[in-house]
Amino acid sequence: MLKVQGLCSGYGRIRVLEDVSIEVAEGEIVTLIGANGAGKTTLLMTLCGKPAASAGSVTFQGKELLGMPTWKIIRQGIAHSPEGRHIFPRMSVLENLQMGAQAADPAHFKQDYERMLDLFPRLRERLKQRAGTLSGGEQQMLAIGRALMGRPKLLLLDEPSLGLAPMIVRQIFDIIREINQKDGMTVPLVEQNAFHALKLAHRGYVMVQGRITMAGTGADLLADPSVRAAYLEGGA
Amino acid sequence: MAAFKDAILAGLVAALLALPMLGFHLGDSAQGLQLETHLELVPLAAAIVFAGRLALNLAAPWLAKWKDRAPAGKPKLETGVSRRPLYIGIAMAAAALILPLTPWGDRNILDKATLVLIYVMLGWGLNIVVGLAGLLVLGYAAFYAVGAYAFAILSQMGFSFWQCLPISGAVAALFGLLVGFPVLRLRGDYLAIVTLGFGEIIRVILLNWASFTGGPNGISSIPRPSFFGMPMTASSPGHTTFHEFFDIPFSPVQRIVLLYYVILLLALVTNLVSLRIRRLPVGRAWDALREDEIACRSLGINPTSTKLSAFALGTAFAGFAGCFFATRQGFISPESFSFIESAVILAIVVLGGMGSQTGVVLAAILLVGLPEWFRDLAQYRMIAFGGAMVLIMLWRPKGLLAGRTPTIRLNKGDAA
Repeated sequence: MLKVQGLCSGYGRIRVLEDVSIEVAEGEIVTLIGANGAGKTTLLMTLCGKPAASAGSVTFQGKELLGMPTWKIIRQGIAHSPEGRHIFPRMSVLENLQMGAQAADPAHFKQDYERMLDLFPRLRERLKQRAGTLSGGEQQMLAIGRALMGRPKLLLLDEPSLGLAPMIVRQIFDIIREINQKDGMTVPLVEQNAFHALKLAHRGYVMVQGRITMAGTGADLLADPSVRAAYLEGGA
Repeated sequence: MAAFKDAILAGLVAALLALPMLGFHLGDSAQGLQLETHLELVPLAAAIVFAGRLALNLAAPWLAKWKDRAPAGKPKLETGVSRRPLYIGIAMAAAALILPLTPWGDRNILDKATLVLIYVMLGWGLNIVVGLAGLLVLGYAAFYAVGAYAFAILSQMGFSFWQCLPISGAVAALFGLLVGFPVLRLRGDYLAIVTLGFGEIIRVILLNWASFTGGPNGISSIPRPSFFGMPMTASSPGHTTFHEFFDIPFSPVQRIVLLYYVILLLALVTNLVSLRIRRLPVGRAWDALREDEIACRSLGINPTSTKLSAFALGTAFAGFAGCFFATRQGFISPESFSFIESAVILAIVVLGGMGSQTGVVLAAILLVGLPEWFRDLAQYRMIAFGGAMVLIMLWRPKGLLAGRTPTIRLNKGDAA
């Protein structure tokens, strides 16, 4: 569904991604793990058009995405839940969800939004509240819910576990699994929390200093001694 | 004892300030200007300040107690989603509507109210750009000038006010797009500086392109608006004038009332459009864009076209207001569109509370109306003006009416 080939990208003269190739099939959860500064977030952002890639190609359902502005890429059916949540703090929860549906057909709004509230019951209690007053976990749920309001075929998730308590992380991951299994949502997932991410994902990639160094099924990577040493057992 | 000391200090400061401000006075006499002394006022001022400060200090513990007495029981959760009662706005509009019919509606008051309404309209227009879309524009008066000159120049070719009103708005919006397109990628301070520069460029062009704009002499004898084609004059060859048609005696106040209603109508249209558009997807996108541009992009919103639409709409209203200004004054020159105009309009928006429609009205009355009414205060007028701004920023740092109302609401019976 999503095919990235030989992608190079960076900020100004600083190269971050070197010849990155990954592939995501329909209905898969594919995780990208790696240390801080490996380029995971940069990869997702390059897929979304900013920063612009210097070489390579990104095709989504056979269509080349490179060169499109971000908003156009999103309108191809890709949702991006950016790192650090980026909800609209002064707007109410309802308005945040409404913003997510801007690119979608307004006829689906009611139905989609009921579905989001079923998926995230916590948000139902907080609909009229200003989003900035939500807890971190609720904000993350809102960010995912908002991204889903656009009826995407592909959901790019960037560090959904960032700064959350372990119990909330488990909840969020359960929800990701649920939308994947029930709705068949394809989810490329960038995570630092390698253990949870690999357990959840069908397949995974390991990124080190802007290059993909390893690929495999979630279970394989989880069992791999070098992955365990580097990302699961306190780092080495 | 500390209270006493503090009061003495305040009294001393007051005495120091009062010495030059109250103690000496330049009087006009037969021998020309003469210095008069009123030294007796100095201790008086000091005493008043001392007593007031002492009273305030002594009352402080009691005041604090009274303040803390507040909410018993459950603390109210500040969710920031409030609804300002609609009836306040409707009452204000109704009051403005019947003002000319009331005994207070004399020529003087109507003139000043018209002036205030021009600024209310400009404030609402700029509020779309600054308050809703979050684009800090410092050269708003330039678009006001474009609208005014568009009408003034067209009027010399024989076009009337009503024909030129939409054209002025369109021309101003066109200029808005022209300026906006290259600069809207800039943010915050940078955008402010560029628009400030643009404002000055327009003013300098108006000043120097004498063959087209009249240069520093401006353009005069701009036609007045008619009432459905009926001129508001004592007599007009070939036309039925307003007072002839209604068979009432001619009075120059009729024209002032008409001008008042025209600007009231324009201002209300501005208000209704901005209230309505806030609830449309594009208005909500402006709101969101101001909060977080990255998030907007990742939701498939095109930031450029969204900002441009806010810019074009806001500048169009400046154009309408400019057209009205030209017809009201009958004469325009570049002097009317200096930077201070932009600053006052921006101050109205900021003091009113960004994005608050009612706040803009209050701030316009405060910043434009009061200085007009208090002309008698002469040289103290600007002190009062500055003082009022300082007080507002101390008491209401987010503006007179802060807080935003949600743009969409649940229907009754929906999930809570």
